[in-house]
Amino acid sequence: MSSNTSNEQVTDESVNETDGTSDGAIIETDISVDRGSSHTTGHTETIVRAEGLDVYYGDDQALDNVTIEIPEHRVTAMIGPSGCGKSTFLRSINRMNDRIPAARVDGGLHFRGKNVYDDDVDPVALRRTIGQVFQSPNPFPKSIYDNVAYGLRVQGKADGMDLDAAVERALRGAALWDEVKDQLNESGLDLSGGQQQRLCIARAIATDPEVILMDEPTSALDPVAASKIEDLINELVDEYTVIIVTHNMQQAARISDKTAVFLTGGELVEFDDTATIFEDPDDDRVENYITGKFG
Amino acid sequence: MSTETQSGSGISGDDSLEAAHEKNRRVRRVLFGCAAVTVVTTVAIFLVLFDNAASYFFGARISEVLFDGDSIARTVTFTEFFTGTRWAPDHATPAHGVLPIVWGTLAITIGAGLVSIPIGTATALYLSEYASSDTRNRLKPILEILAGIPTIVYGYFAVSFLTPVLVDGIATFLVNPAGRGLDSVSHHAPGLLEPLASGMMGASVGRYSMLAGILVVGTMTIPMVSSISEDAMQAVPDDLRNGAYALGATKYQVSTRIVLPAAVSGIFASYILALSRAIGETMAVTMAAGFNANLTVNPFDEIMTMTAYLVSMARGTSAVGTVQYQSLFAVGLLLFLMTLTMNLLNDRLKQRFQEEYR
Repeated sequence: MSSNTSNEQVTDESVNETDGTSDGAIIETDISVDRGSSHTTGHTETIVRAEGLDVYYGDDQALDNVTIEIPEHRVTAMIGPSGCGKSTFLRSINRMNDRIPAARVDGGLHFRGKNVYDDDVDPVALRRTIGQVFQSPNPFPKSIYDNVAYGLRVQGKADGMDLDAAVERALRGAALWDEVKDQLNESGLDLSGGQQQRLCIARAIATDPEVILMDEPTSALDPVAASKIEDLINELVDEYTVIIVTHNMQQAARISDKTAVFLTGGELVEFDDTATIFEDPDDDRVENYITGKFG
Repeated sequence: MSTETQSGSGISGDDSLEAAHEKNRRVRRVLFGCAAVTVVTTVAIFLVLFDNAASYFFGARISEVLFDGDSIARTVTFTEFFTGTRWAPDHATPAHGVLPIVWGTLAITIGAGLVSIPIGTATALYLSEYASSDTRNRLKPILEILAGIPTIVYGYFAVSFLTPVLVDGIATFLVNPAGRGLDSVSHHAPGLLEPLASGMMGASVGRYSMLAGILVVGTMTIPMVSSISEDAMQAVPDDLRNGAYALGATKYQVSTRIVLPAAVSGIFASYILALSRAIGETMAVTMAAGFNANLTVNPFDEIMTMTAYLVSMARGTSAVGTVQYQSLFAVGLLLFLMTLTMNLLNDRLKQRFQEEYR
């Protein structure tokens, strides 16, 4: 299994979990693109396409004229320094930005060719198609079972289906079933941080979305738990499209097929195959950022 | 000195540090003294109530028995007190069954809860989950003003609006849904519900009624429920809401299936506080519900709560030390125990649900 390779890399002491920019020396020597786990062969459809996307919070511009085409069944990583707008971009896709009163969106953001900011798009329906996993694990204060079943229940899919089987399938999909199968009725909050995050992934995939957005899903986890999540992401792309925001450049290099680099000011500086971004970027600023000289 | 500074490294303290410690100890004693005031007061109140209540049942206070050697004589038996159904300690033929006024208090408390809990919870949910922050910032102070209005003012609200307009209106509607007034009932064909309503009400609604008491206490405890519940809902981490919204939950689903369960301890605490306020409420309920100890379920009847009894007896003409006067303390003790139970229940609930979320 190719995932073993990434396992060793993550548990390596030299990996800097918190901020990829703080130690240039390590990054320069350690970054290598893990081709084995990538899915870059062959052409796929574009599933999410932004065109001239601007996002403002009040008077502050968080995204500046972002244009990008994100392919289906691939892991696309968003990297860049803090405040560069990568999380904002993620939240724009499933319109979680709507929850922030001051947020305003201009330009186009298309999901399968449909602008998600069109008047006839219901954000509730959109979020049933585009799931999200958050930075710190946020299981509901309910049982493990109810956590996974929550999405199916609120989406009205739970009636008339084999809910037990659906919960098991989701937990297996999140590589958590074997650890929790005997304690499904215990609180999700009793799990460890890494297990909680996998529970949140199970919760997201239970409703069978097309895209899963991940906002720094491993930044609150220890390296071992993080590596399990990374392995999981590599498996998820068989069925889903994964768009992941990460501060950790090694992680982006290990798990993603495509990488988008945002820099301060909400500008998308470069978007290409992950190997190209890390080995031969076009833009000097990207090269500086990757090698730790900027950001 | 200089050698000491070098070898002792200045960690052994000196006079000025000692003075600071002394000041520290003084401050500590003063603070403890202030904290002790409330504890001592609570204990003293309980002892006075207990001591005097004993004289109601046994003819002599515990302190009199202990220090003056007074003898014990059963005046009111516990059986009569707790099971009698007529309460008239100062009547020519006295009766000491506390049930009617306990019932009065319970009826007001339960009724007020039926008003304030649904309305207060809905208000809290609206403010916390539905209202924009602008609306919330404008509405919340108004709610808190409502909570700060003196209860006597609520009493006037009951006397001048609730009783003549609302309670009378409801009574009129029940007697004659076509809208004719109470006075005209006898002159016209009876309305559909007249037998029921007039049977329930007797002749007409007087100045006082259980319903008016329920409505006024219910109204005045709404802010307590809504304000504390809203705080509890606001304390639910936004992460949980985001998690639910990201799964395609609607606002209603997030409110009812995530926020409400996660905030349940705070919400229950607000209910208990509102109910214990209703139990102890005196001024408004006296002005609205009256002074007539009735064991009745008719909401249009005058009733008397325990607090109303305490007011009337404390201002009455009974001589201090008589059985009728000492009934004051027996009822007071019972009331104290009821609110104490509610407070303990509140603490228990808080502990029980504390771990609901991180």
